[in-house]
This record gives sequence, structure tokens and C-alpha cells, in this order.
Amino acid sequence: MQMKEKMPITPTTPVPTPSAAIAAEAHAQDLIQKDELPPEPAPALAAVAVSNDAWAERDAGRDPKMTADDISVFYGDKQALKDISIRIYDDRVTAFIGPSGCGKSTFLRCLNRMNDTIPSARVTGRIELDGRDVNGPDMDVVQLRARVGMVFQKPNPFPKSIFENVAYGPRIHGLASSKSELEAIVERSLKRAGLWDEVKDRLQESGTALSGGQQQRLCIARAIAVDPEVILMDEPCSALDPIATAKIEELIHELRGRYAIAIVTHNMQQAARVSQRTAFFHLGELVEYGKTSEIFTNPRQQRTTDYITGRYG
Amino acid sequence: MSSAAPSSRWTEDAMRKRVRRRYASERWFRGVGFGAVALSVLFLAFLLVTMASKGFGGFSHHEAKLPIDFVRSDLFLDPATLHGPEAAQAVAGADLEGAISKAAVAAYGPAAEEMFGDAAVRELGDAIVANPAMLTGHATLWLPVSSRIDIAAKDRSDDAAEQLVASLEQRDALKRSFNTRFLSASDSTDPSSVGVWGALKGTFLTILVTMALAFPVGVLAAVYLEEFAPRNRWTDAIEVSINNLAAVPSIIFGLLGLAVFLNFMNLPRSAPLVGGMTLALMTMPVIVIAGRNAIKTVPPSIRDAALGVGASKMQVTFHHVLPLALPGILTGTIIGMARALGETAPLLMIGMRAFVAAPPGGIAEPATVLPVQIFLWSDEVDRGFVEKTSAAIIVLLLFMLLMNGLAIYLRNRFERRW
Repeated sequence: MQMKEKMPITPTTPVPTPSAAIAAEAHAQDLIQKDELPPEPAPALAAVAVSNDAWAERDAGRDPKMTADDISVFYGDKQALKDISIRIYDDRVTAFIGPSGCGKSTFLRCLNRMNDTIPSARVTGRIELDGRDVNGPDMDVVQLRARVGMVFQKPNPFPKSIFENVAYGPRIHGLASSKSELEAIVERSLKRAGLWDEVKDRLQESGTALSGGQQQRLCIARAIAVDPEVILMDEPCSALDPIATAKIEELIHELRGRYAIAIVTHNMQQAARVSQRTAFFHLGELVEYGKTSEIFTNPRQQRTTDYITGRYG
Repeated sequence: MSSAAPSSRWTEDAMRKRVRRRYASERWFRGVGFGAVALSVLFLAFLLVTMASKGFGGFSHHEAKLPIDFVRSDLFLDPATLHGPEAAQAVAGADLEGAISKAAVAAYGPAAEEMFGDAAVRELGDAIVANPAMLTGHATLWLPVSSRIDIAAKDRSDDAAEQLVASLEQRDALKRSFNTRFLSASDSTDPSSVGVWGALKGTFLTILVTMALAFPVGVLAAVYLEEFAPRNRWTDAIEVSINNLAAVPSIIFGLLGLAVFLNFMNLPRSAPLVGGMTLALMTMPVIVIAGRNAIKTVPPSIRDAALGVGASKMQVTFHHVLPLALPGILTGTIIGMARALGETAPLLMIGMRAFVAAPPGGIAEPATVLPVQIFLWSDEVDRGFVEKTSAAIIVLLLFMLLMNGLAIYLRNRFERRW
């Protein structure tokens, strides 16, 4: 990502090579999947003038799975997020990129109210899941988190057996009425997470004994097991080596369409490879949100251009 | 760096000196550390050797052979009536002491008049109840000698008693044996017939009450404060109070127990129930502090993981946090319990220093505990109590070792890695 000599970039400068490669890849990804997905609206020609709201309008033909409007988050007196509005669609992977401390993880944690566990955090704005307010009185936070699953930055399996790790969610929600049903759920979840063949003979071994990449897939299987509608991934590959990362990315591709996926990542190539929508955060603000291919090939904001070309971050 | 030859810098004298100094200070520190360990081992060894050498005598006693002619003794006991539950009462009413001293004088001369004590009277009584037929003729019994003769036989310090011991030994009428009474009897005024069973049982009951109160209350308080309580001025005040309570001298808890449990609630005096409640007050802060620290060390990622699949706060706490914190909580509990087990001062205040000659039948009956029993015996004038005190200390230490061993075993069983 780092360039030896950093040149000032103006809107007319051609995008430097690494980003161009990423962009081409992203474009290819979107093209490959085009026929499986509902047709997307044509990109605006006068892109420079288009605001984030305009993007939301262009997707208005479909109902978003989750909508976030004017979300601000405060830690004590410090404002971590400023008026973020994003839509997440159930057949898309939405990537959140941005430099460290820009609030992308904070935003992700708003979506399933994990920020509730931080006493000093205060969230304003409205988040809806299928049109219902997640902070509303009729929304149970426990059910919300079952419907909006989460995978964390560091693999965090329970210090229990592999089977118990996956079976825990279905068990506390009473999703299986018998032992064989529970076993079926565990098997299906591990298969979807691409881990079944590696662990089917040692389900009773400790989940913490697996390798880092396997642990992260176990955590994905654990999230899948409660049959969520949305899966939030908070830098799921940051602690993994490239091969394990590739497996997780493959998995994200396979899971797309079945679940709405939102992924936070530091790795711009990853965002380009796995996502169809990208949101660029900077210093608590949403700088730009749009089709991944456009963010990487034709960013409308100077800050986005600077970030994806490696001028900072 | 613009230095011309960076490699030579590491061979300069100043650098070598610095390296030497660094190694010297490390050696010095290691030496001091080793010295500290050696000193503490030395103290421990000194304590154990002293206790063992003084105390082992307490587990054995001397018995002397005593031929008794029941026909010529003035025991007005009819063997035919010695049946059933009245037998013990009838035997207790008879002048067995007189019969024993008469038989002793007859066998070993006038110096032997007081060579048997209370323990011998009790054993003779038991023997008669077990076999009333012996009252119709002669019998030769091995009876425990009095404390004075026992000491003379053990360490040869008393001239008058010494002669008697010598003459007994000449006739092969004295033998040393294991003192089962010491482990089965309770307190007594006569050192030859005291035992630790009463105090041991009292300790056991007291600790049971302490454990049953302090562990659940302490753990639940720790869980609530750490996981559920809002962070505000009230919880801060509670935290400070708990930390202060852990440092309050134990005698204060004794006064509190006296004022609240005895004077206000009118619970039975000297009972393990009240002792246990008082010690529970003392132990609870220790368990709360240890519990909170153990809960704090559970990684937040585990909490996130459970919350992320939709577990409620309580499910997170009881399915994940508490099991992972349990080894740490148990370590704190072991420390608290060991302290309670050795505590004397608060129990003195609530009357557990009473002379209790029978083991307690329940938690509401008068009892004493081992540390208090040791304290009481160490205060006795009779020389026979010296070795009994040391022997009781050995029993207390063994009991403590056993309890700690059990706790450590339990802790290791619950220990899990994450």
C-alpha cells in the first residue's frame, strides 16, 4: 500500500497502480455476481455532485434490511460518530473502511446494540431492522442480537468443546427440540462455515485448541447456528494469516445472499474483493458511501481518494 | 548514527564495566531472593520440628498393670443389676476411684496411691459395664496412669514419681501405647483424660456454618457488584467499605457478633451457629474482593462472544463468566477459610471459650473450636497440658492441611484455559 514517493493527488491525476488493480478486481467481482443479484441502478454520471443521500435514493427500489439514520455516538463527552446514515441490503456485503479510530467498529456495534455494554456510550439516531426500531420498547435486545449475529476481531471461541461452541446459541434460544435436531444444527452450521470436514472427528475437543483461522470459522459457525438475518464482522481477518484470510473471504462469498453481511476491515483489497457496497469513515464521519467499484475507481471525495491511494491510514 | 566504528563501541571499557555491573546486580538480587526463601523455610522447619517433638508425646500415654480384687474392694455393685441403660449410671455412682487407689497401694505400695487419674476411673467403669462378671473375682487390667506418672515416664523429671516409674518398669507393669482417648474425648480438668474430638467437631460445625453463609453471599455480592451494579457513588462507597471490612481486626467482629447475635437476636451462647455467623462476617469481604478480582480477569471477549449470539446478561454471567472465574474465587475462599479456621479472638467474645466436656450434638449446642482449645490448654497450670497443647496444634495444622488440600483439588478440577 505504501508508496515510496507520495505525490500530491488532484482529481485529475490518474489513480496510482495498486489502487487501480484493486479497483479492477472489485469491478470484476461485481461483474461476476451481477446476474445472481437484482439489477443495480446505473451509476450517476455527475458523480462529483452526488451526495450520500442520493445513493440511498437510488437503492430505494428495494427495502433495506437495516437502516441507520443520523447515528451519533458519544463516549462520555467525546463524540465518536457524527450523523451516520447507511443502508444495509440483505443480498449485499457492505464494507466499512477507514483509518484506525474512525468509528467504523463503533458503528458496527450500534447495529446489534453491543454498545449497550459500554456504560459511558450514548447512541442517538434511529436504527431499523426490517422497518422496526432496534432501540424501541418492543425490540428485545437478546432477540436482536440473535437476529443480528456478530463475529469479532480476535477469534473468541468459548473455552468449551467445538460442539458446545456451536450448540450454545441454539440451546439458549430453544431452537432445537431434541438432541438429534441440535446435532443437525451444529453440523449444518459447521458445514456452512466450511469447517465441518476439518473438525467432524473431534467435535468434543476444545474450541481453543484449533488454529486461528479455524477458530474464526468456528465463531462464524457459532453466529450462523442461531440463524441470524444479518451478520456483522468486525475485522474478522486482522489476526489471521493470508491463507486463513482467503478462506474467510471465500466463506463470505458463499454466505452472501443468505445473510446480509456488514464487514469492518482495515484491508482495502479485502473490502474490494468481498463487498458490493463500501462506506468510508474518517474521524467519526461518513465521508463516502456507495458501490464498491465506484468508491475504488471513481471516488467523489478527496479524502477517499487520499485514503485508498495510501496517502494516510 | 555517524560513529565511525560502531562495532568497537561494545568492547570499550565503559561498556564492559556497565555489563559487569548489570550481571553483578542480578547476582546480588538473586542471592537476596534465595536468602529470603531460605530464611522462611528455616522458620517453618523450626516451627514444625518444635511442634512435632513436643506434640507427638501427646498422642501416646502410659498404661500400668493393675490387679484388682473386686471381692475385697468396697464396691457395692451387684453384677445382676448391671444391665441396660442404668448400668453406666450405677457404675458412675460407685466409688471406683477409691477401689483403684486401694488396689494400687496393695500392688505397688503407699507411693502408688495417686498413680491413676480420671482416665483410669473411666476405663475401669467401661470395663465393668462391658463385663459385669468380673466383679465376682480377681481381674488384672491395663489402666492409663495419671498425668504426673506419665510425664515422669516420658522425660524423667520428677524425683518422687521417678522411683515409682522405675519400680513399675522393673515389674514389667508399665507400657506405652497410642492414646485413643486423645482423639475421641473432649476437654477435661485432668490432662490424662483430655481429648480434641469435641473441639475438632466444634471447628468442623463452625466452619460449615461459615462456609454455607460466606461463600454464596460473598460470591453473589461479587457477581452483582462486578457485572450488574451501575457504576455510581453508591457502589464506590460499598467497594470502599468492603475493602475496609477486610482489614478490620477480628476481635471487632467478635464484639459485633456479641452485640447482634447474642444480645439482640438472643441466639444460643457458645454455639457453632453463632461462631460460624461471626466468622462468616469476617470472611465475606475477603471472598468478595477475591471474587471481584477473579471476575475481572475473565476476558471481555468471552462476554462479547456470548452476548453476540444473544445470551442475556444473566446467561453470560452464569454460563461463562462465573465458571471461568471459579478457580480464582476458590483461591480467595481458601485464604478466607484458612483465616477463619485459625481465628480465636472473635470466638472468645461470643462465649466459645467455655469449658465444654462433651462434643457438640448440633450447631446450636455449646462447643469450642481447636484454636480456642489450644489457647485454653496453654493457659493451664498442670504440666500435663503442655504436650497436649502441642498435640492439639498438630491436629489443627493437619485439619487445615486437609481442608486446603481439598480446596486446591477442587480448584484444579474447575480450572480451564481460555
